[in-house]
Amino acid sequence: MSPIVKRKGEKFTLPGKYLLFILTILCAGSVILTLKTNIFSGPLNAVVGWAIVPFERGISTVGSWLSNRSEELVQIRDLLEENARLKAQVDELTIENNVLQQNRYELNNLRQLYKLDAQYEGYDKVGARIIARDAGNWFHSFVIDKGADDGISMDMNVIAGSGLVGRIVDVGANWAKVTSIIADNSNVSGKMLATSDHLIVSGDLEMYGQGVIRFEQLVDSADKVVEGDKIVTSNISDKYLPNILIGYISTLEKDANNITKSGLLTPAVDFEHLEEVLVILELKQTLEE
Amino acid sequence: MKRVIAMGLLILICFVLQCTLFHGLSFGGIIPNLLVVLAASFGFMRGEKSGLITGCISGLLIDIFFGSTIGFYALIYMYIGYVNGKFHNIFYPEDIKLPMVLIIGSDLFYGIICYILLFLMRARFHFGYYFIHIILPEIVYTTLVTLFLYPIVLWINRKLEAGERQNEKKFV
Repeated sequence: MSPIVKRKGEKFTLPGKYLLFILTILCAGSVILTLKTNIFSGPLNAVVGWAIVPFERGISTVGSWLSNRSEELVQIRDLLEENARLKAQVDELTIENNVLQQNRYELNNLRQLYKLDAQYEGYDKVGARIIARDAGNWFHSFVIDKGADDGISMDMNVIAGSGLVGRIVDVGANWAKVTSIIADNSNVSGKMLATSDHLIVSGDLEMYGQGVIRFEQLVDSADKVVEGDKIVTSNISDKYLPNILIGYISTLEKDANNITKSGLLTPAVDFEHLEEVLVILELKQTLEE
Repeated sequence: MKRVIAMGLLILICFVLQCTLFHGLSFGGIIPNLLVVLAASFGFMRGEKSGLITGCISGLLIDIFFGSTIGFYALIYMYIGYVNGKFHNIFYPEDIKLPMVLIIGSDLFYGIICYILLFLMRARFHFGYYFIHIILPEIVYTTLVTLFLYPIVLWINRKLEAGERQNEKKFV
């Protein structure tokens, strides 16, 4: 006799394996459903925005206070050691400073050329605080405390300081989820600021342990690109606004095909100690379908 | 009813702590996996059904906040809870060895499944790197946190069971 059948006078219970079976099908179904669409995200986002985000807001304040204290302790020990090292560095830097002052003149000219400053300032931005980070150790996404109520919508760009952090991938009324450019599953179309050569920047968990991420498919036929060059978002990207600083090239190698180059870049943003970010309230203009 | 509220609160607290406070206390950027501890321990303390429901709800929370699809983490955590439930018959609250082994095993399973489904499928073949830098540190940290979290979960479960027994007596 099947264990599911209800006997007289006995409370109806569903055995574990049947429940497992039903839930497995339900979950698998919703995985398939949400792979391409986001049917559930509306109501679910509203529920968690009401139930969980307020807790996160409070506790993340405590968390950042604790981590600041623990960092201070480590810092005191390091400071003495650092002091000696810095003194040696001062001499080195004085020489370097002279060279840089010469470069600054050149930079000012370039900036004017690209109108980088004007473009950053022209965007409407809203500041937001990070209140939760990814629950696992595999990806780098986080939740901020502003949402649709503050005018944030999907695919808006997120910056911190002067560099690109990522983009909004999910929005609730009072929260939004940001996927950062260093996440292993993220790709950004970029270009070299100096030569306008296009390339692809992809996040990499393995490389990020060393503070760098990967870029590839750089076509540099004139051989002009050198280490230290700036990479900005490209004008052909369909999600990212053009000319936001991504980072600086740290290594550069020729690919096996002898046409493209690839290598590693250092992101302009310090993702480890990110606490506040700016969301640009302007979407990249796309072709109307 | 009391149990449902207590379980819900416990899952909520663990999830919120995992995404906020523990990021402040992370070692080398690695955070412990409290929800695996929760799903596994309710599995072997209360049986298959409890484990799979706890796992499913915890996974669903992660899916809503951080997953790209709804149901992926729910599935993984659900199976962790269910399989741990199979050990309910040989579980004794006084013995801490079995829970520790099960929780370590569950976290290892979680790490390897995550690697296979989310990284190997995208042609990231350096299993050694991910094992040493992500999976192993997470297991060590989780085990450490389990030493504090597990007695609390055990205590809550005992209180709840005692309350339920009293209620049953009232009806008899």
